[in-house]
Amino acid sequence: MPVQLVQKLGYTIKLPIFEGPLDLLLHLIREHKLDIYDIPIVEVTDQYLHYLSLMEQLDLDIAGEFFVMAATLLEIKSRMLLPRPPQVDGDDEETDPRAELVQRLLEYERFKNAANQLRILEDGRSKVHWRMTDDLATYDAPVIPLNLGALDLLAALQRMLDETCGGQEEVTCLERQKITLRMKMSEVLRRLNEKPGGIGFKELFFGRPSRLEIIMTFLALLELLRLKKIRVRQARPFEDIAILPGDNDILQ
Amino acid sequence: MNETPDVISDGQLKNIVECMLFVSPQPLIVQHVAQSLGIEEHAVEDAIHQLRLDYTGRGLQIARIAGGYQMCTRPEYSDYISKLLKPERMRLSSAALETAAIIAYRQPITQPEIEAIRGVNSDAVLKTLLERGLIRQAGRKETVGRPILYVTTDEFLNHFGLSDLSELPDLEDLNLLDKKDKESGKDTSVHAG
Repeated sequence: MPVQLVQKLGYTIKLPIFEGPLDLLLHLIREHKLDIYDIPIVEVTDQYLHYLSLMEQLDLDIAGEFFVMAATLLEIKSRMLLPRPPQVDGDDEETDPRAELVQRLLEYERFKNAANQLRILEDGRSKVHWRMTDDLATYDAPVIPLNLGALDLLAALQRMLDETCGGQEEVTCLERQKITLRMKMSEVLRRLNEKPGGIGFKELFFGRPSRLEIIMTFLALLELLRLKKIRVRQARPFEDIAILPGDNDILQ
Repeated sequence: MNETPDVISDGQLKNIVECMLFVSPQPLIVQHVAQSLGIEEHAVEDAIHQLRLDYTGRGLQIARIAGGYQMCTRPEYSDYISKLLKPERMRLSSAALETAAIIAYRQPITQPEIEAIRGVNSDAVLKTLLERGLIRQAGRKETVGRPILYVTTDEFLNHFGLSDLSELPDLEDLNLLDKKDKESGKDTSVHAG
């Protein structure tokens, strides 16, 4: 079980970390060798609350689910204290207020055990090695790059707008940004000069640009494409579109 | 490079498959090999079977993983390998392992169903498993809210070294320990003798 070390007031406390309230409850039951089919609810509730207050004292983040379980335990406890209606023969199981919790605990424990089994498999697997993907690109079947047109770029723009703006843009600044087509065109050309091997379409839009900026960059691409200053290619469908220098290769 | 001969002899086929196993980063699928060579699947199976025999007693093995075959080292040499190389391997957190187990045994399963079993919110842990490619989305359940269904992937099998899901430890067996405890605690006299 993972243990968290908490340092406070100059001394160290070792506290087991639990995945959730069921994990903690199960731990309390197993640790104290209690019968899960006949949980001493008063005892367990006290221990559970004690652990919770310990976590609080240590300023640990406590998930809300831990408190929900505390409430559930208290509710079961109070129902156990209430006088029960006279028992119809053998109906004991169904009226036990603990029954549902026991089922949940057993179900959870089953998967906790399964997780332990998976850990054993994982450990065994970690002793086996195989060739990882180093560059196997040359082994790939030859791919004929698609030559794209304006429509494909438009589709890419739509995806970019969806991804970057997510439908709504937070607007705080009212000053109109001065972005001109010419600025964006020379920016694209400048970046292509730096990287003659080509730039990815998405690369052009790094750093959460505004909607206006995205559109201006896009218009710049279209204009450059028209002037045959750039070419656009896509290695295979759905991959990022590459922007390449134009055929004449003379960029200023 | 397209000058492959029309007929492949058995001996050649074994060598070809060996090369493919060596190069392939993912477990090699028999069907894919057969299709690429234009031969019957059973011929590929035979070649792999022969290769597996050839590799007995070697450092490398050809293991059945995720419905395919993978050329990999034998576990008993792992300590020696790590003296020279440090192959990195991700280890799942216990929360991720717990969630992966639930999905593996109960797939397809939705997030609310997972959370009902775990008793905690599982947003982050599902994201981790998705990012690591161990699970994937598989449509939606036709109930209120149409929640997304999750299933395990081939990478899940690869991560745990399983050939297929039937190799998962039997879930009922896992609680045997508990039952035995109960029996030995309460019914020793009955079972004695």
